[in-house]
Amino acid sequence: MALRLTARPTTKGATRAPARVATRPYRWWTPYVFMAPYLALFATFVLAPIGYGLWISLHEWDINFPAKPFVGLGNYRELFDPASVDGPRFWAAMRATGIFTALSLPFLLVVPLLVALLMNGRFRGRDLYRAVYFAPYVLGVAVVGLLWRFLLDGNIGMVNHYLGVLGLPDDTQWTTDTPAAWWALVGVTVWWTLGFNAVIYLAGLQDIPAELYEAARVDGAGAWSRFAHVTLPGLRPVLLFVVNATLLASANMFGQSYLITAGAPADETKTAIFLIAETGLRRFEMGTASAMSFVLALALMAASAVLFRIFRDRQEDR
Amino acid sequence: MTTPRTTSVPAPHTAPSPRGDETAPKRRTPQAGPVARRRLRRSLLHLVLAVVAAFYLSPLLYMLVTSVKTRGEAGATEPRWIPDPFTLDAYRHVLGSTDSPVMQWFLNSLLAASAHALLVLVTAAPAAYALARMDFRGRGVIFAGVVATLFVPPVILLVPNFLIVNELAWVDSLPAVIVPAAAGAFGVFFLRQFFLTLPAELEEAAEIDGANRWQTFVRVVLPLSRPALVTLALLAFLSNWNDFLWPLYVLLSPDSLTLPAGLANFQGANNIRYDLLMAGAVIASVPVLLLYVVAQRWVIEGVSRSGLKG
Repeated sequence: MALRLTARPTTKGATRAPARVATRPYRWWTPYVFMAPYLALFATFVLAPIGYGLWISLHEWDINFPAKPFVGLGNYRELFDPASVDGPRFWAAMRATGIFTALSLPFLLVVPLLVALLMNGRFRGRDLYRAVYFAPYVLGVAVVGLLWRFLLDGNIGMVNHYLGVLGLPDDTQWTTDTPAAWWALVGVTVWWTLGFNAVIYLAGLQDIPAELYEAARVDGAGAWSRFAHVTLPGLRPVLLFVVNATLLASANMFGQSYLITAGAPADETKTAIFLIAETGLRRFEMGTASAMSFVLALALMAASAVLFRIFRDRQEDR
Repeated sequence: MTTPRTTSVPAPHTAPSPRGDETAPKRRTPQAGPVARRRLRRSLLHLVLAVVAAFYLSPLLYMLVTSVKTRGEAGATEPRWIPDPFTLDAYRHVLGSTDSPVMQWFLNSLLAASAHALLVLVTAAPAAYALARMDFRGRGVIFAGVVATLFVPPVILLVPNFLIVNELAWVDSLPAVIVPAAAGAFGVFFLRQFFLTLPAELEEAAEIDGANRWQTFVRVVLPLSRPALVTLALLAFLSNWNDFLWPLYVLLSPDSLTLPAGLANFQGANNIRYDLLMAGAVIASVPVLLLYVVAQRWVIEGVSRSGLKG
């Protein structure tokens, strides 16, 4: 959501908004009063924590111990030290995050697009279907995780039962074995969040001018070529948002793993956020956890930047 | 905003007939296929969509069905879609439990989500108005700073915010799940974009009539912004109601938990009582699903607007 909006304050907002309201002059502090409550929150819970987190990451910090010795980059160095306790643990969790993201991203991009394309025409009940596909998304991950932990149960779960009915293997341990657990986590996530991406795609599809399709038709373009030459290019800005938002959401996966697999087998499905929360907020090794979160955050920001470049370069090619 | 523009383009004379209008954008060739073939394709589409939708919602239905089963039937290997006997025992057990006070969690969640939504509106709206309509020193910097934090992965706030909340003595109490999340930039952003679309003439008229900035904001701008305010409140309520990780770690004692955090503990303690677990899940789902059914359009459009147009 942010990417497209950063351009606005300088162009549209700054020049247009105040100039148009020809009002009595207000006192110079009026706008600050309007902003004060929000800025107080913002400073306390967003701005300060960014700096504070960096500070913590440079210390050996435990909430229970008064002494919080400065260790410089020690916490970071430890993460990159294969002989340490936290290093291998952290990279195993990063790997889990990477596996989940890589497996889920294609499905979370393609399946919602198919749903959106199917619903892009105007037909009776379209809004109802849209509501149906969006419905699981309004449920929290706690409900989704609990429900699927039940349905995926290796012994009494509905999933295995119906697989058996279809003559497929019915004894897959979806919650305790890899790779089955990965597919379970991906499947649940697609079921849960498909509606979100579909709704965004749908809005993007409806912003593509119909004239373009008409023109393509006149030129004799078939359905596939209309999709490739009109729909996909028309969706490019939306696609940038969807890819980025999905990537970040997948990389922040926590609840599914916590509730469905509990990290099993042997922490293989324990994601980075899961480990960071556990390290910082359960074991109170806050310096280590902060260092982990900065490494993860940098990885995410780098991924976003790469995406942004790819999309921008493509745009320039055209 | 989701009104399909595509439909207004082809053949205006077909517009009065809803069927002609509906099929127009899907036409393959200018002269269109035979009506019968088009009808067949349409019913086929409906059939596919209906079957897939039923399949898609079946897990939710099964959650509901399981919650009204007996303990034995809920744990049976053969899934049964019609409970026999039908019983509310699971709900009685869950709502009456003292070590897992689900009713208390429900009230905590309701209170937290409502307070959070209110806090978001009360803080974001005036700030967004100042950023949209007033000219002042530092406006560019402040707005850019707020926007920039949308790029900051929230994971880095986790540990420091825990310590700040601990400093404030909010750990294990509802302010911890109400306040910090309201500092996010989204609400300010969302409302600012909306305020920019309002006609400034109405504000000018109010000020000519002698209203000061605050009066203009409260009496003119806010009433005009009701749709945006309601959408933002809904999104804030939903996200708070469903928030999982933060309450799981910042709320500790059984009485202070919100539903999602409570359910996680509950699962740990009852991992074979699927009747109870599903009853708990249903209790956590009902308010948001009801809200969704009532305000479905606003939720969906709020989401697509926040995704695309800010």
